[in-house]
Amino acid sequence: MSELIDQAVAERALARALANGGRFAEVFAERRRGQTLAIDEQRIESVQSGAEEGAGVRVVDGNTTYFAHVDGLEPAEIERAADEAAAALRAERREPRPLQAREVTPLPIEHRPEDVPAQRKAEMLRELDERGRAKGSEIAQFTASYAEARRQVTVANSDGLFSGDDRTRVRIGAQAVARRDGTVETGAETLGAHRGFELLEDDPGQIAEQAAAKALTLLDAVPAPSGSMPVVVGGGFGGVLFHEMTGHGLEADHIQKGASVYVGKLGEQVAEPLLNAYDDGRLPGEWGSDAIDDEGQPTQMTQVIEDGRLTSYLYDRLTAERDGVASTGNGRRESFRHLPIPRMTNTYIAPGESTPEGMMAEVERGFYAVSFGGGQVDPATGDFVFGVSEGYLIEGGKVTSPCRGATLIGNCLEALAAIDAVGDDFFVKTGICGKGGQKVPVGTGQGHVRVRAMTVGGTER
Amino acid sequence: MTDLSSVAHRAVEAATAAGAGDAEAYVSRESGREVRVHGGEVESLTAATQSGVGVRAWVGGRVGYAYGTDLSEAGVAAIAARAAEAAAVADADEFAAPPAPAEIEALPGLGDPSTAEWDTGRVAELALSVERTALGSDPRLVGVEAAVYADADERVAIASSAGVAGEYETSTCYAYLQALAEGDGVRETGLGFGLARGPGGLDPEAIGAEGAQRALAMIGAGKPASRSCPVVLDETVAASFAGLIGGGLGAKAVQRGRSPFAGRLEEEVASAAFALHDDGRDPAGPASAPFDGEGVPRRRTALIEGGRLRSYLYDTYTANREGVSSTGSAARQGYRSLPSVSTSNLTVAPGSHSLEQLLAEAGEGIYVTDVAGLHSGVNPVTGVFSVGASGRAIRAGQLAEPVREFTIAGELVAMLSAVSAAGAEPRWVPFGGSVSTPPLLIAEMAISGS
Repeated sequence: MSELIDQAVAERALARALANGGRFAEVFAERRRGQTLAIDEQRIESVQSGAEEGAGVRVVDGNTTYFAHVDGLEPAEIERAADEAAAALRAERREPRPLQAREVTPLPIEHRPEDVPAQRKAEMLRELDERGRAKGSEIAQFTASYAEARRQVTVANSDGLFSGDDRTRVRIGAQAVARRDGTVETGAETLGAHRGFELLEDDPGQIAEQAAAKALTLLDAVPAPSGSMPVVVGGGFGGVLFHEMTGHGLEADHIQKGASVYVGKLGEQVAEPLLNAYDDGRLPGEWGSDAIDDEGQPTQMTQVIEDGRLTSYLYDRLTAERDGVASTGNGRRESFRHLPIPRMTNTYIAPGESTPEGMMAEVERGFYAVSFGGGQVDPATGDFVFGVSEGYLIEGGKVTSPCRGATLIGNCLEALAAIDAVGDDFFVKTGICGKGGQKVPVGTGQGHVRVRAMTVGGTER
Repeated sequence: MTDLSSVAHRAVEAATAAGAGDAEAYVSRESGREVRVHGGEVESLTAATQSGVGVRAWVGGRVGYAYGTDLSEAGVAAIAARAAEAAAVADADEFAAPPAPAEIEALPGLGDPSTAEWDTGRVAELALSVERTALGSDPRLVGVEAAVYADADERVAIASSAGVAGEYETSTCYAYLQALAEGDGVRETGLGFGLARGPGGLDPEAIGAEGAQRALAMIGAGKPASRSCPVVLDETVAASFAGLIGGGLGAKAVQRGRSPFAGRLEEEVASAAFALHDDGRDPAGPASAPFDGEGVPRRRTALIEGGRLRSYLYDTYTANREGVSSTGSAARQGYRSLPSVSTSNLTVAPGSHSLEQLLAEAGEGIYVTDVAGLHSGVNPVTGVFSVGASGRAIRAGQLAEPVREFTIAGELVAMLSAVSAAGAEPRWVPFGGSVSTPPLLIAEMAISGS
């Protein structure tokens, strides 16, 4: 794979970045290409394409990071960013180590989306629209979107690292609105991967039908109950529960600032022994996977919970250095305009031994959260909240009425410890995670999981 | 002509040369800096410039868009050609057309020339003093997760084949911190923030003290009992809800039947105590500009007045669909995005109550100071919401013990109808877009706790 910038350009920029001292310098160059389109009111619209490139240079001195970024990949611009990053330092010049090119094999892309005519993408959206609307005359609105993005990155640093990656992601989404008399409900579904257009060669129209089915189901929904009860969380996107409840709190920057309820819990039993969980940036083709992180560190599989014991935090370079450990390959950034920080890749609870039916059967009265619209956590307090996009009552061990307007709320440590069954039906779904103003693609996964007790905040009066 | 305007004109010419019937180009250049401090030290210092162009092309009612960072002649031509190409993929829409040029009135007061006098050392000191103030306020204040100062100066130029041409410059700056307090072995967080045109307009001590006070106030919080009761929303929470309401008043959502306000023009949708405007020209508003994302003059629009729905917000496309005029509400998230209908600065009209009076009127209820999960807990089509919340109990009309881990739930229009009083002192809040709002008293809301 050829890099975005020449080795000599990177070496010169690193030398200039350390011209006034500093113990570490890095150049991150990036080229981004993307295309998006949508269908709404049965019309193809919002057809957009973008092309951006630029570089970010950082210099680390003591506990301080100096960062500058520029548009474009002209050597003179990259050197200007290096000078700007170095401008505030006043120490002796340091010499970066000579760069050693490190070959990286990007995740395989069979069918480059940019080689697929835009008309074919439009046709696929029309098919989604037809299939979604065909689910029932009560589907009043249907929209779908397609997005492809390619990020080529090159990282060079003063320790001699010179590496790069070429990442292509494709994602489609479908949203349906169903209407019956005065009742309006919505349903959504997405499909995405770190893969090429081949992702969509196997019946993408399914997601349109799934979105429409969700909206139609909710037309019969009752207001969600309120109060504390057993909650069974669905597979796949249900993993957003673990992402929020535990994943964020394990990011080492939160830990080192004392802003996580998992501070000092390494090695402790934080969950039932049946729970094993991972962050894995190497899952083939998954949405949150990359060959290397945005600091050039190969991605890896990190076990964060082993038989209920907390075994690792998630590190980028600087936080790893501070703790005297190795980076876990979690240094990620939204673009060349952002600094890398510890971020999850694909985070999941490993498959367990229960079946979804088995864990429901033991619940007299509870709530079944199949999927979430999203979630939020304050890692420092551990308080979290999830909006349920598809949920049902569990009565007498059986799934009964669909519910609208449910939110799950709780505290991380209590809820994690209350997981008392993990299903064997594992899969991963896509998400976009926001932290510190930066959005990155993350995978969330699990089989069905049961939480002994959790607060459901519904609209039932 | 400045270099930005000339890039815009060049892009328009290139797009029409590439086959667009009409074209519009939006060019922006931003320079800014950010300082993050932690533990009395600068953690990171970022200096950045970024610029780009977005080109919208119309080919017989089909619209395409392309953007990029390469502003060289060849780069701009390539972006313009991609916009024309993208249009060929879209379906024709009879209402899609570029806005006609209109007189743009200058809007002074959007910049702060004094920002340049603040070197990085001085703004770092400002951020450090935010952190210091919080840490020094109380022994239970055990840390600050982040204290941040940032400023940005943005120049925008727009041009179109229909004759739109304009340019403006605006500067914004802010500082915030997330303070950590500890009591009973449990950590609590508190946000303090300030917004201004330049660093001279920020009060670091006030920001630090606010974060500290919010974190300290939460120590010892428990779950409130599930019930329906009066609720007072503080300015930050009221702003988040105002933003959701503003989202439902955009004509695109309304016309496509995806808003709880669809088909309700001139109907009663709120109590008389709640009035809402969108004001894109208020010099104090962080989102103010002389024109919107497609060059249409910004203006003030009454949305809800006297309890009735007075107007939706329109860009040129949605206005064409209804045969009305644009309200200057085409927004962009920078050069990367197609313009689309959105709020500029939302202002909730202040009432006459002090916070003490609002609490007294609530009697027994909850003062909500933070909400979480708005992006997943609100259905924008139906207005049904259930979101996580924290705050203080209100007992006998006074603030009492802190409460957390509960949800507030309801439906947006019903909530507006239940607004029984607005506070007298509005504040600019960067949540829900850019919103100026006082605290609000809601007569009844569903609380789900223990």
